[in-house]
Amino acid sequence: MTNATTGTGLKAREYKSGIKPVWCPGCGDFTVLGSLTKALSGLQIAPENVAIISGIGCSSRMPTYLSTYGFHGVHGRALALATGLKVARPDLTVIATGGDGDGFSIGGNHFLHTCRRNPDMTYIVMDNQVYGMTKGQASPTTEPNWEKGKLTPSGTGINPFQPLVIALASGANFIARCSSSDQNGTARTIVEAIRHPGFSLVQVLSPCVTFRPEQRDWKKLVQPAPVEATSDPARAARRLLTDKGLFTGVLFKGNRPPYQPLLEPGIDNIAELDEEFRL
Amino acid sequence: MSRQSLSIALSGSGGSGVMTCGSMLLEAAGKAGWYGIMTRSAGPQIRGGEAAALLRVSNEPLESHDDSFDLVLALDPGSLGRFVAEIPLRDDSVIICDMAGGRRNATLPETAAREIDLPMKKMAKAVKGGRPNMIALGVLARVIGLPESSINRILDKALKSKGPDALEASRACVKEGFIAAVDLPAFTGPPIVAVPDGERWSITGNEAAGLGAVRGGVRFVAAYPITPATEVLEWLATSLPKLGGVLVQAEDELASINQIIGASFGGKPSLTATSGPGLALMTESIGLSVCAEVPVVVLDVMRCGPSTGIATKNEQTDLNIALNGLHGDAPHLVLAPTSLTDCIFTTQWAVHLAEAMQAPAIVLSDQSLGQTRAIVNAPADIAFLAKREVPEPGEEKLQGETYQRYAIGATGVSPMTIPGQPGGQYTADGLEHTEAGAPSSLYADHLAQLDKRSNKITGFNYGEHWADIDGTGDTMVITWGSACGPVREALTRLRAHGADIKMLAIRLLAPERPEDMSAALEGIKRILIVEQSHSKQFYRYLRAAYDLPGEVRVFNRPGPLAFKPGEIIEQLADWCGGDKS
Repeated sequence: MTNATTGTGLKAREYKSGIKPVWCPGCGDFTVLGSLTKALSGLQIAPENVAIISGIGCSSRMPTYLSTYGFHGVHGRALALATGLKVARPDLTVIATGGDGDGFSIGGNHFLHTCRRNPDMTYIVMDNQVYGMTKGQASPTTEPNWEKGKLTPSGTGINPFQPLVIALASGANFIARCSSSDQNGTARTIVEAIRHPGFSLVQVLSPCVTFRPEQRDWKKLVQPAPVEATSDPARAARRLLTDKGLFTGVLFKGNRPPYQPLLEPGIDNIAELDEEFRL
Repeated sequence: MSRQSLSIALSGSGGSGVMTCGSMLLEAAGKAGWYGIMTRSAGPQIRGGEAAALLRVSNEPLESHDDSFDLVLALDPGSLGRFVAEIPLRDDSVIICDMAGGRRNATLPETAAREIDLPMKKMAKAVKGGRPNMIALGVLARVIGLPESSINRILDKALKSKGPDALEASRACVKEGFIAAVDLPAFTGPPIVAVPDGERWSITGNEAAGLGAVRGGVRFVAAYPITPATEVLEWLATSLPKLGGVLVQAEDELASINQIIGASFGGKPSLTATSGPGLALMTESIGLSVCAEVPVVVLDVMRCGPSTGIATKNEQTDLNIALNGLHGDAPHLVLAPTSLTDCIFTTQWAVHLAEAMQAPAIVLSDQSLGQTRAIVNAPADIAFLAKREVPEPGEEKLQGETYQRYAIGATGVSPMTIPGQPGGQYTADGLEHTEAGAPSSLYADHLAQLDKRSNKITGFNYGEHWADIDGTGDTMVITWGSACGPVREALTRLRAHGADIKMLAIRLLAPERPEDMSAALEGIKRILIVEQSHSKQFYRYLRAAYDLPGEVRVFNRPGPLAFKPGEIIEQLADWCGGDKS
């Protein structure tokens, strides 16, 4: 984060817009909305200095529900929108939000390259292993033998995408996993992610109670990672490849400098650019 | 004084330095007081293949090649055949070719053009570090009447960084070329008139578009490399940091367009440059710019399509997608420069319009405009700047209630806060929305916002810049983009022989300007439409948008073969009587 305006005195609920979410009752995303507003309140950032950027999908509705600036763009391009905003306006706290389909399927290329580029922003992915808004298709993180996907009735038969492993390999500077069943823990992790320089990925296991009701059990299955976050990518890779996707907490904290081109005015007189054309 | 010009083509295998030779010759011509243009013709090869530099110099500003070439210099005999269609010759043309003991390509059309064998490779070998293209430079300079001193000035400048040996070798080659050319037929070049340093510019259309962008206020560019738009980006990459701006090389065109929308949402006037394939990828998000009302400029330097098409060559066939490629009812701006130097004005104006109306503007340049280098009079600096309507901090409209980002208002343009402004928070949205920006699926909200977005575009006062109109009479040529150059030269020739013809070069393609067009068409009985498109995209657009009176004729053909002034004169011959020379 770069904008540490403190002392707004705003409570978590004051970061909400008051617009009623479209989510199903019991959706994990409600809790994530709460975690996010708690995090912003905890950081005491003025709402006008925050921009929440998203693409399309259930969880991508997030910006509308916050009292900050927001952008609800097209499917899969949240990270590109957010990168442009952050590079142009490094003073803002930029947070991208979305789901597993938006981020890892249609937006997969931007995910790779945003990790690589490492702009100073936070990306919260509410992963429920399903396309909810289009009513129940397999997503990139769906297990291969899930047979309730309406386009893949025999299962996808293909390996799930491993977002944290890919993020690490692509250069993300902060990698964490949370569970929407732990609102305060998720809020604390989001605070840490925003504070950490560079690109921070927070995967939140956020059940889709409508199409993946079995995900209600996640709250019993997740457990805090047994070890502290490492800054060693090799060690982090070994852990992420073997942790079955249910350890929560901060898993990797790198120290790569963020991508931020200098926007200092060099010359004021634009007419000087004419000189190179003069014969 | 009437126009006197010389047309020179240089061809060689790729990497043989014909472009360097052509560029130096053009700059020397500029230094000597001539105007000129140079276009490049090459295949897609990165290195190798054949390349041709097509030059024309004159005592008057140029926008077009001539009907034929006076002089062709081929560094090797095989390279000429590839450019038969692009280098028309006359019986009195001269071909200087290094046969290197072989025969020139037999596929050249049989003309009585005089062929002269000149062993330039051999001559270069005799000079330590010598290169045949520098021999050619000396030969051409001598034959067209440029003084050796003017060439040496260019060499000094161009080779400063390459060290004294390279400069010495090039100077020696140029000298050899001059000596060898004494026995060759000489051409009468345009009169040499001294021009003060700095009064003329050497610029390409792509550089001009970049300059127009930053003059308009663009300070953020995100883009993905693509032929033939890359030079715009290369120029901006080094120029923007001098203005406190930045260019980001994005991972693809989807990222480019979304990054600039993000940056513009943050308050920075933003642009991307691309070509047809990139524009196709961007269309979904250009619709986002329409719906969320975030201004951006997309510069499309067109090339032959569809698909990869002919990536290095000119065509005017992205018109359909630029006008109609967005899904939904998505009013936006489409503009096209009417000349190489107009790439400055039109791009600058596009930035101004996009910002003023909080809408996307697509600028359709093309390969011919973009990659031609011209010696021109220093272009004027027009005072069109990006000016977005932004509420003042503490303004009443922000107090007490939710900020109405998409308030309907009188003009359809609603004041737009930028992040950081307290009380102005809203969510920009590609979903249909209420005036406050909350998502809505109601008919009334959809209709109100459709009206708003349409009214702001159609109700804007564009003034006289929507088109360049000149001439009088009841015959009119309507054209656009790079086709304007040859049309202007054709009309200049016809008018010199007493013909009365009007020309309309459309700069603002969308929104349509029915009243302006009706006024322009007043009294017109015959219309010739000229465009570089196989399917007559421009003609179909005109037919759909306007009532065209009288007899309408279309002169269209696909790229990459450029229009020649003489061909346009032929199209008009039976309409204008008199001498057509």
